Amino acid sequence: MKLLVPVKRVVDYNVKVRVKADGTGVETANVKMSMNPFDEIAVEEAVRLKEKGTVTEIVAVTIGPAQAQEQLRTALAMGADRAILVEAEGAEPLGVAKVLKALVEREQPQLVILGKQAIDDDMNATGQMLAALLGWSQGTYASKVELSADGAKVTREVDGGLETVQLKLPAIVTTDLRLNEPRYASLPNIMKARKKPLETLKAADLGVDLTPRLTVVKVEEPPKRQAGVKVGSVSELVSKLKTEAKVI
Amino acid sequence: MAVLVLADRSGATVSQPTRSAVAAASQIDGDVHVLVLGGAEAAQAAAKLAGVTKVIQADGPAYEHGLAEPAAALLVALAPNYSHLLAPGSAMGKNIMPRVAALLDVQIITDIAAVEGADTFRRFIYAGNALATVKTADAKKVLTVRAASFDPAPAEGGSAAVEAAPSAEDPAVSSFVGAEIAQSERPELTAARVVVSGGRAMGSAENFHLLEGIADKLGAAIGASRAAVDAGYAPNDHQVGQTGKIVAPELYIAVGISGAIQHLAGMKDSKVIVAINKDEEAPIFQVADYGLVGDLFKILPELEQELG
Repeated sequence: MKLLVPVKRVVDYNVKVRVKADGTGVETANVKMSMNPFDEIAVEEAVRLKEKGTVTEIVAVTIGPAQAQEQLRTALAMGADRAILVEAEGAEPLGVAKVLKALVEREQPQLVILGKQAIDDDMNATGQMLAALLGWSQGTYASKVELSADGAKVTREVDGGLETVQLKLPAIVTTDLRLNEPRYASLPNIMKARKKPLETLKAADLGVDLTPRLTVVKVEEPPKRQAGVKVGSVSELVSKLKTEAKVI
Repeated sequence: MAVLVLADRSGATVSQPTRSAVAAASQIDGDVHVLVLGGAEAAQAAAKLAGVTKVIQADGPAYEHGLAEPAAALLVALAPNYSHLLAPGSAMGKNIMPRVAALLDVQIITDIAAVEGADTFRRFIYAGNALATVKTADAKKVLTVRAASFDPAPAEGGSAAVEAAPSAEDPAVSSFVGAEIAQSERPELTAARVVVSGGRAMGSAENFHLLEGIADKLGAAIGASRAAVDAGYAPNDHQVGQTGKIVAPELYIAVGISGAIQHLAGMKDSKVIVAINKDEEAPIFQVADYGLVGDLFKILPELEQELG
């Protein structure tokens, strides 16, 4: 079975982002970039499924700038077999889903695994949108994936606990935090990844229109909270909560 | 043109985040309809919500568990009658609405925090570190609502008619197997008036129970930081933050939580924040109204006693 794993290049999760002074976005120049953490979980899950023998080939893909090759190399070092970069800047989830649909039609995978959300726009939409465009089943927020020849049993993180659904293949799975802990690529695997095939395409090659639907009117700093006071004891805390804040 | 809100059921009623979504919808248009999947009682509860003018109830096994594929197909069938389709940003809303949007060839706007106009909305990006105002060129709008940003519509005040949903095709590509939903006497995390959350410094899953006595006395829900969830001290559905739940209670008590950016994204709209941490440099103190520096294992029993 072939698997497609889309990944996204995002500002590293440790970076404290700054809003640009002109209000057009956030500062991304000279900032450390990494693979979206939820996509790392997706790559790891794909590699584990291959190690179990149910998956024969893993194709990592990304839609982004030329530098997103770095994130594809990371996926290859973790265990993906080959990679495809579709060069495009600033595509929205709907546009990304359309590119992915074109790649799915070309590559014919039985399963697509991707992160539940990217930590830059926090949109949480691409996986569900791709499932819609393909007419496939979807198992979002997965904490467990059991794959068989004709289906995937997916345990999902939902409000208040867990839910399990059975998906007919082909299917889309989006990953949540507890699905696995991604491995670090070893140095020999990083070296090997440099020789793995990486194909570069343009969105237009796939016949996809990426014209954005949303206009960013402005981006601003959210209102800041002021630090309050330190209290010296538990009794002082309780008394302030009762008489000053009046919340208990 | 009317607007439609997909409801999240909560037993025999609709969830509080659904009422927040109704409040957001009311800011867009005065004619607010609510779609309830399964649950005749919940449909009756939705009909009483202030501002709701019609309730559509969908019966049938395909809708009982809120599976995304049939639910999205039904919303698409209803879509021609509406300018906007909304849902709370709950696990259900986030699962279903992007699918609806793609089927309609619309770019969804998730987790809206403010309505600036019929086509312009505000939402947080980068774990709450930036607030974006976006305007959509799509004729039809598909949105999910950040419940913490909208006061819930009152549960009483409306008297809408309930009608049956039209039939829609069930793609039948998935099926419900089962659910393990924790049975708790505590309020739901996103609806609680008080939230007590623990972080990595709690040290173990057993120690996490220390929060229960305090939560009992305050009628609070229990939350956790991502670090505590990662360490296995608390289940994932307790997670507060960028990748978990967003809460805005009257009182938020952060115990042994350092205050990573992604945690602050989930709780900084709380009215009053209390931080208990042994590290006085912890970033959580920068957003806390009241900070108490010290050993949480000494402070927690004392606090429980003090709350009487």
